[in-house]
Amino acid sequence: MKNNISHFDEYEALHKLKHYLPAQASLKDFIHHNTLHGFQNLKFYKGIIYASELFGSNVSLSIEEYRKLYKSSRIKDDILEKVIEERLGAEYVNEWKEKVLNKEFNHVASARIGKLRHNWKEQYHINLDSLVHPILFRTLCSYLDQGISIWNFPVHNKGFLSSIREIERNSYTSFFKSKRVKELLNNHCQMSELLKILVGDESLYENYIFDQQFAHPGWSGIVSAIEDNPKTLLDARKITVHELVMLELLMEIDAMDTKFNENWSPLSYKLKKQPPYLFRDVEKTEYHEAITILQDAFEWSYYDEVLAGIKNQKQIKKTNSLKSFQAMFCIDDRECSMRRNLEHIDSTCETFGTPGFFNAEFYYQPEHGKFYDKLCPAPLNPKYLIKELESTEKRETEFHHSKRTHSLFTGWIITHTVGFWSAFKLFYNIFRPTMSPATASSFKHMDQFSQLTIENKSLEDTENNLQIGFTLTEMADRVEGLLRSIGLVDNFAKIIYAIGHGSSSVNNPHYAAYDCGACSGRPGSVNARVICHMANHPEVRKILSSRGLHIPDETQFIGGLHDTTRDDITFFDKKTLSDTNMDNHIRNKFVFKRALDLNSRERSRRFESINTKLSLEEIHNRTRRRSVSLFEPRPELNHATNALCIVGPRNLSDHLFLDRRSFLNSYNYKTDLEGKYLLNILKAVAPVCGGINLEYYFSRVDNEVFGAGTKLPHNVMGLFGVANGTDGDLRPGLPSQMIEVHDPVRLLVIVEHFPEVVLDTIKKDLATYEWFINEWIHLVVVHPDTHLFFLLKNGKFSEYKLLKQDSESVSDYLSLLSSDLENLPVTLIEEQI
Amino acid sequence: MTMTLILHFFIIVPLVGFLLSLFISDKNERLISGTAFITLGTQFIAFSVFLLYYLFNNHPTLNLKDIVLYKSSGYEFFIDFCFDKITAVYMAVGTFLTFMVTIYSRAYLHREPGYKRFFNTILFFYFGYTITVFSGNLETLFVGWEILGISSFLLIAFYRDRYLPVKNALKVFSIYRIGDVGLILAMWMTHHLWHANITFLQLNNKELVHEHLQNHSLIGVFIALMILITAAAKSAQLPFSSWLPRAMEGPTPSSAIFYGSLSVHLGVFLLLRTHTFWAEQYSIRILIGVLGLATSLIASSIARVQSSIKSQVAYSSISQIGLIFIEIALGFENLALVHFAGNAFLRTYQLLVSPSVVTYLIREQFYNFEHRENTIEDSIPQKIKYSLYLLSLKEWYLETFIFRMWRPFKKTGRKMNFLTVKLLFKLFIPSYIIGLICLYYENSIPTVIHDYLPVLFAFIGLVLILKSYTERKSVKLGWVLIIMNHFWIALAISFNEHFKYTQSLLYLSGILVAGVFGFILLNNLKQKEPQVNLHRFQGYSFKYPTMSFIFLLCCLGLTGFPITPTFIGEDLIFSHIHENQIILAFFVATSLIIDGISAVRIYARIFLGPFIPSKNEVNFI
Repeated sequence: MKNNISHFDEYEALHKLKHYLPAQASLKDFIHHNTLHGFQNLKFYKGIIYASELFGSNVSLSIEEYRKLYKSSRIKDDILEKVIEERLGAEYVNEWKEKVLNKEFNHVASARIGKLRHNWKEQYHINLDSLVHPILFRTLCSYLDQGISIWNFPVHNKGFLSSIREIERNSYTSFFKSKRVKELLNNHCQMSELLKILVGDESLYENYIFDQQFAHPGWSGIVSAIEDNPKTLLDARKITVHELVMLELLMEIDAMDTKFNENWSPLSYKLKKQPPYLFRDVEKTEYHEAITILQDAFEWSYYDEVLAGIKNQKQIKKTNSLKSFQAMFCIDDRECSMRRNLEHIDSTCETFGTPGFFNAEFYYQPEHGKFYDKLCPAPLNPKYLIKELESTEKRETEFHHSKRTHSLFTGWIITHTVGFWSAFKLFYNIFRPTMSPATASSFKHMDQFSQLTIENKSLEDTENNLQIGFTLTEMADRVEGLLRSIGLVDNFAKIIYAIGHGSSSVNNPHYAAYDCGACSGRPGSVNARVICHMANHPEVRKILSSRGLHIPDETQFIGGLHDTTRDDITFFDKKTLSDTNMDNHIRNKFVFKRALDLNSRERSRRFESINTKLSLEEIHNRTRRRSVSLFEPRPELNHATNALCIVGPRNLSDHLFLDRRSFLNSYNYKTDLEGKYLLNILKAVAPVCGGINLEYYFSRVDNEVFGAGTKLPHNVMGLFGVANGTDGDLRPGLPSQMIEVHDPVRLLVIVEHFPEVVLDTIKKDLATYEWFINEWIHLVVVHPDTHLFFLLKNGKFSEYKLLKQDSESVSDYLSLLSSDLENLPVTLIEEQI
Repeated sequence: MTMTLILHFFIIVPLVGFLLSLFISDKNERLISGTAFITLGTQFIAFSVFLLYYLFNNHPTLNLKDIVLYKSSGYEFFIDFCFDKITAVYMAVGTFLTFMVTIYSRAYLHREPGYKRFFNTILFFYFGYTITVFSGNLETLFVGWEILGISSFLLIAFYRDRYLPVKNALKVFSIYRIGDVGLILAMWMTHHLWHANITFLQLNNKELVHEHLQNHSLIGVFIALMILITAAAKSAQLPFSSWLPRAMEGPTPSSAIFYGSLSVHLGVFLLLRTHTFWAEQYSIRILIGVLGLATSLIASSIARVQSSIKSQVAYSSISQIGLIFIEIALGFENLALVHFAGNAFLRTYQLLVSPSVVTYLIREQFYNFEHRENTIEDSIPQKIKYSLYLLSLKEWYLETFIFRMWRPFKKTGRKMNFLTVKLLFKLFIPSYIIGLICLYYENSIPTVIHDYLPVLFAFIGLVLILKSYTERKSVKLGWVLIIMNHFWIALAISFNEHFKYTQSLLYLSGILVAGVFGFILLNNLKQKEPQVNLHRFQGYSFKYPTMSFIFLLCCLGLTGFPITPTFIGEDLIFSHIHENQIILAFFVATSLIIDGISAVRIYARIFLGPFIPSKNEVNFI
């Protein structure tokens, strides 16, 4: 950390500011990321403690919560002792155990940010925030608005500040009252000029801007996100954080001038003492040490159980017996139970996990769509476009969202007529919730009977610099990459399913967070169809054969979409199936149906309102109803409780009951001895799974600062964000309904491979390496020969010795699923195969 | 007659439901929402049956004179209920919507801290609503009105550990308070006009009204104006409109029925109820029409620029209510009732589905995007267009106006900053005793001085309450000042007219009990938490939930809420102010407005807001 700077460089200051601001884009592109990405260059604990001091937030559970976990044995005694011993030495075990379990810590997190600006209240008795914020937020929101207002911001083709200048010039009224501020605006003044008027002392400028912008991190965050990625708004807007800061400074001067008639001295003149530098180092206290120990103990109490389970489960080498079918799912933790349930119903099927875009990256344009949807992980920039043709689906309209109801005269007619229809709709929606045009349904993403432009006609066939469709070689590359990365290179079944996933919900502004993260927050249906088309293509098969990948002619790929809220699956392009495969498919469909029923029952144990003793069918109907009920704030629990990511063959964990807590990526080290595919997998796992995990972590430990708070009072702002009430700040992060059952533990990635290969692999990509080396994600490697565990610590792998030796086991995991909201222990499933 | 007696049933059911709901453990979600469900379900079915029976029996106007709460010569305070088509429509819409929203909230609020509080408040609100729409005279209506005010405050501040909901709840309560006092003043003048407490049924007698107003046209105008102010405040008409969008801080379903539909249409109800009274006063009718027109135009221009969904619905609702005002002014009573029902249903539903707007409109935008849609405003010259846009964006400075309205009061109060608790006792106790002595030897005071004394004492009371309103440091001082204000008012009125001291006692009884109790609580709190002050919201309800609840009751007692005899006393006090004593009435009325705000402000500052030591919300402040 640098020392106090006296010279102010506005671009450097803003760059630094943007680094720490929330990075969440607009709601339609809700992509999980590490909430504290700005601190990722530090070691995990150092980073979060730093953040805690800066923002005055909680960054872990409270001491009381940890102690409760200890009492219920979810933090295990032996693990706690081991953690203390490893961190501080054996001689400190008793002393620190006593401290973490019984000592009273009077820790109050106080924020460094905000202290300087607090002096407006202290010294000038003026609440600048309540004078400036409401009108600032309203102006911003109106400028960025994507379609709520009827009368849009009148100037829009210029930048934010220029638009305001333009309105100022041509208006009888003004944004400001003070004459001096109007002049400052028109004279294109510098930021430092304004800061000189407001703050005075140059060494405080940076501090002041941080204070000012972190008084509304939500709005500053969205402006920063739009500046960096304008495409996050369909109706693009030019805006920069610089302009936001400028306007806010002007409004602050205006508020001061209005109250004190330009007769006021800058803030620094009245300071009783100089506020300390914001980014000075944090002194580590006993409290910090205690939460570090407890968090480690909490995490390892669980991890140790998982690793013991992996060690103890019988690794049955599956013989080359005939597979009834094979199915590829997304690595998503929600598919963890789906796959187990499928294998439970049909023990001869085989399932795989891979990021849900199935290695086919492209933009997608639905028929009549005016924009493109990116269908691949957010960091990728695809060169391909796939268009939907011959869609027969009609979009229905809903007059309750029509702007006409808000204008005076049509509104008058509507209230007298259709107004009464609302009463009926309300009644109907409460007693018989059904799909409506306002439901976000995963199946609406693509018309399943439409045509897709998957094959490229000629290289000249492009649109906006995107190539329409893939060439044969490009297709073969995608298919080969997919199959090799998951280790599916022989023993192909007759039918191989590629099942994407999506979700359905209503009254849910966060709907995009429920869809597939590997498809940029969209359902994975198009990708599933595309990859199957590629893999079924005879010419592609020929190319694959020439590369040593022989897929039998009778093997057919078929795409599908799993709706994780409703637990329904739709299969696409069934007409392409041969007659025998059609018969097979009809049999398999039955297996899927049973597995989906079981899956919905397994999920239902976390819903208090569903009695798990009801019949399977009834439970399934009730879970379906949740997806269309206006009054259901928890249509599904999404990634809550996620904690693991297993990268390895299915038999590493197929007899473990992991309670939907694990991302599963199929991988076979034997087909990838140098770790070429592993690098690609980990490059995706770290930001995607790690991002999901840490967003849940931070939203859980401090839902007010890092999360969105309860969603019940949320008000939709400009279609890109939610706020509390009408004058509140935007609320990025996850609402409390999504995180309440989550256990905040970091992600443990378990890879089956040789430790030295894994170490070399992660070092190849610096960004990925940072996640692991700074311990924002744990990494354990299972040695393929010795079956010993190796943990990455301080840049090298060392053996991890299990504390727990044996694991509980059940013969039928279905018996575990009684109605209980808590996480279930890792259990071996002793099933007859 | 049986039909009339059944009216009791519809008051008792919500009351019983509300009281029962208070005693359920807050862990038992099922029982809490079950109680609300059964209460409203019973009411809904019973009322539907009753309504059918009523319609098939020639829908007579029913009136039920109930308990007489207080009686003295020339003054009678009684509860009265009536039922006619206005009540029928309001009751049908209100019960249906509340019932639907109760069912909706059963699942929606699942696992929300405050589940019980929510249903308690909903039932309390509904109880107040029922009393209001069934009320047969202004006094009964006032009981309901007060309940609505306080339950609205509690619903807006439902998320009491956050800053904005509490701040906005207080803002809305302040505006409601203006309405309340408008109602008190209207009651005051009606007493003088009729020399009796009059029922709405009697107002239907046009000859009677005409006869009384003939010689007192100014009084008639005054009463009508007060009613209009009350109605405008409640229905968010100009210049009060900006409170409505800011009331949308609670969970969406509560915003939907209360601020989207039921609560805001009660101003309309008041106008419909008193229609026959002012129908012959054309100046008032024109005023109502103009107010409605101005509101509908301005509110719809604001609605057009709103970029957040809830404020858009709020302003559209206001603009439609403006139209309803016009309809009432024109005498289209039935049309107004239909318009009310349609608007209430539509806005409730729109608010309930408001979170869906992202999915729906983003999809619309994805498929139908046009670069800029032309709007009506494009035909306006640019400079006017920009000015209008800016004005609408700034809500035509309505918010600033409301803020400014309190400024003179705050300024006066701050002038009194030298006061401390000790000084207060030293200065005002002796002077009060002198006042009492004067009262005893009243007859020896020269008439010239005597005539000014009530005004002087009322003024002292007003100054004290203004000090309380702006007090920032001492909680006890703030509290004692409110009590003192009431004592000075009582003294002032005692000089004004000779009446039995039992009436003063009636007035002061509630104040005294609530005041002393509240003081003990504050004293107790101050010992436990020496740093407690009125500087900002401190959220102590987090640590002392029971104390917080009892203190709220004390505040209500102190502000003349209908749980103590003070409620009747307030009305009684006014009956001793003569119709020509405008200044005295103004001082006393202002005192009452501010003392309510001040007491609730003390409650909010101490017990609501973020509780800092626990760090519920720091939000980077």
